[in-house]
Amino acid sequence: MSTPTRAQPRPRHGRNLTAGILLGLGTVAFVDEVVFHQLLHWHHFYDLSTSDVGLVSDGLFHAFSWFATVASLLMVAALRRERAFRGAAFTAGWLTGAGFFQLYDGLVHHKVLGLHQIRYGVDLVPYDVTWNAVAAVLLVSGIVLWTVTARRAGRSAATTGAGA
Amino acid sequence: MDRDRTTRGPVRRNHRGRGLSMHHHGHHGTETALLGPGGWAAAILLVAALAAYPAAVSALYRRGTAWPASRTASWAAGCLCVGAALVGPLAERAHHDFTAHMAGHVLLGMLGPLLLVLAAPVTLALRTLPVRAARPLARILSSPPAAVLTDPFVAGALSVGGLWALYRTGLYALTHTDPLLHALVHAHVFAAGYLFAFAVLGGPDPAPHRPSPPWRAAALVLAIAVHNILAKTLYAAPPEGVPAEQARAGAELMYYAGAPVEIALIFLVCRPWILPRRRTSDGPGIGSAQVT
Repeated sequence: MSTPTRAQPRPRHGRNLTAGILLGLGTVAFVDEVVFHQLLHWHHFYDLSTSDVGLVSDGLFHAFSWFATVASLLMVAALRRERAFRGAAFTAGWLTGAGFFQLYDGLVHHKVLGLHQIRYGVDLVPYDVTWNAVAAVLLVSGIVLWTVTARRAGRSAATTGAGA
Repeated sequence: MDRDRTTRGPVRRNHRGRGLSMHHHGHHGTETALLGPGGWAAAILLVAALAAYPAAVSALYRRGTAWPASRTASWAAGCLCVGAALVGPLAERAHHDFTAHMAGHVLLGMLGPLLLVLAAPVTLALRTLPVRAARPLARILSSPPAAVLTDPFVAGALSVGGLWALYRTGLYALTHTDPLLHALVHAHVFAAGYLFAFAVLGGPDPAPHRPSPPWRAAALVLAIAVHNILAKTLYAAPPEGVPAEQARAGAELMYYAGAPVEIALIFLVCRPWILPRRRTSDGPGIGSAQVT
């Protein structure tokens, strides 16, 4: 994997997807921090209902999200250097990753672990529905695009194998 | 002993802002009481470190060996970060203000150590010291105890675990009454921070026991998570003797000011791993091999 043969550029479908998923996670965490914590002040740094498990999960989530963002951007740079960056596969990964972690944050953090709510002093139902619906749409479109690009990558791998 | 003089302090502070520290500056008796013996020792060590590094670089230069200027700059900046946390106005405010204490923590335990590690002081020492002094140093680096201490998980436990012990036991309150303990805690925070940055980066100084990049990245992510969880619990439950308002501001500072240093560490761990330099990516001692 570290030393591919020079002659044919490998499709690197999996690496494009992984980079996308990692950036998807990073984006969700970044939007959460910048938009909802800092700009809107809807989320709270800490609220008294926070459970210990929620605190641990949130800490790991944010620490890993920084790592995911940096690692993903470096992976994109490495793929571009190899001329193996594929926008469609990367987008499929990004949508899947963003959708999955948005849903995780919306369901597990906000609802199950009670880390903090989306907003305080309002009727939460429309907020929760919007949040998780957006997440579901991202996730589903990601999976659809994933299937499409995987099929296309499989086909192109077959043709490069034949010598294209 | 100096009571009638200190009573003038507040009057001067009123029209001068920094009056209190200016006042103490003139009277060494009260200043040592504020700084403590640890403060003086730190100041002397820092000046020595700040002077020794350029001296070694110029000794190399006279021998016709180049040394990157960025490393010298990194060393100077690191010394200034550590210095700002240990001596001067920030260090004085940290005695009664938890937010200032946290700013000091980020400088002394995170940013300062990272900058000093990036300056590769051990490589510089190995090059400039006479062979009979350099050889034991190299032997210490490759010894079994060094292998344990420079394991990123061990170093992380010493660093973040130490903070946990400081704020979650009565230790933090005790450091305000016992100057020796205060100095020891500062020394530990700095040493553990340096060890952790070095263990996680696995360089640029020689790191004979360096584990694989994914392992070091995992230790880093875990340490960042524990650091952030500690910040949130400090927000919720202040350490002994700290008012709630200060604890909250300090916890947020710990969380947000720590983040840029954490991101820099992540980038420095990931870059040689995910995006290696084209030609010289295979050699083990990347940092030290590229100079000369």
